Amino acid sequence: MLEIGQKGPGFALPGVDGQTYDLEHLLTAHRAVVVIFSCNHCPYVRAWEGRMMQLQDDYRAQGVALVAINANDAVRYPDDNFDAMKARAREMNFNFPYLRDDSQDTARQYGATHTPHGFLLDSSGTLRYRGAIDDNYDDPDAVQHHYLRDALDSVLAGETPTHQTSGAVGCTIKWVG
Amino acid sequence: MRVQFLWWEGCPSHPEAWQRLHDVLAGLDVHAEVERIEIKTDDDAERWRFPGSPTILIDGQDIAPQAEPVYRLTCRLYFREDGRPSPLPSEATIRRAVQQALARCQDQV
Repeated sequence: MLEIGQKGPGFALPGVDGQTYDLEHLLTAHRAVVVIFSCNHCPYVRAWEGRMMQLQDDYRAQGVALVAINANDAVRYPDDNFDAMKARAREMNFNFPYLRDDSQDTARQYGATHTPHGFLLDSSGTLRYRGAIDDNYDDPDAVQHHYLRDALDSVLAGETPTHQTSGAVGCTIKWVG
Repeated sequence: MRVQFLWWEGCPSHPEAWQRLHDVLAGLDVHAEVERIEIKTDDDAERWRFPGSPTILIDGQDIAPQAEPVYRLTCRLYFREDGRPSPLPSEATIRRAVQQALARCQDQV
């Protein structure tokens, strides 16, 4: 698994909007990049999805890009295939790129295990936080620790996040084979 | 009343759902033995008509029946009363299903 302080492995993955998203370009254009391994079918993702969109809205002006990557086996889980991803992005009007990692190489390189599983990279591409979005999937009003937001605030302020890791909570990534 | 709790270890919601089920049963003063059934394979999922973890059956009926279920090893998507998605059935959903089963038992007496 990618460790705090290591460089996030590069990727160039297709998005549901027809564009290819390259980590290097994202880092060049932003002060921080949040990579969230995500998917369509997982109820934990569904529960956190609105908060992912809100986070992108709240931090866009500060130069933060959020990208979601779906690496799930789309044969056994056809509701995670590219067409279904396009439909989900339309339905939810995602305000972030939603990328397909068919080879699952990117998910493996990052050591992603669950959906959602977040990785916060600073402008140099260094991992500064890894884990859950916050500590309460079921009730946004009952969140005690806004892990990802707090880490973003720290990184944007040039500080070390108080919580650099937390346990990812969600569905396991559906590996091929 | 026959209560079955179907779960898959790949989804972390089952301990909380198990507790929630027992809390509802206790709250309604229902003393039912809950059969705990672990779903381990896709074949198990097909055989048990398991659309995801957790699934609760009361007298063989799913407490939150789906229109077009797909049987597989996955976390199950539920919706709370306010429409929010959740990996857990709400207490209200469980309670309603138990009360309906109790009513069916009364009708049969």
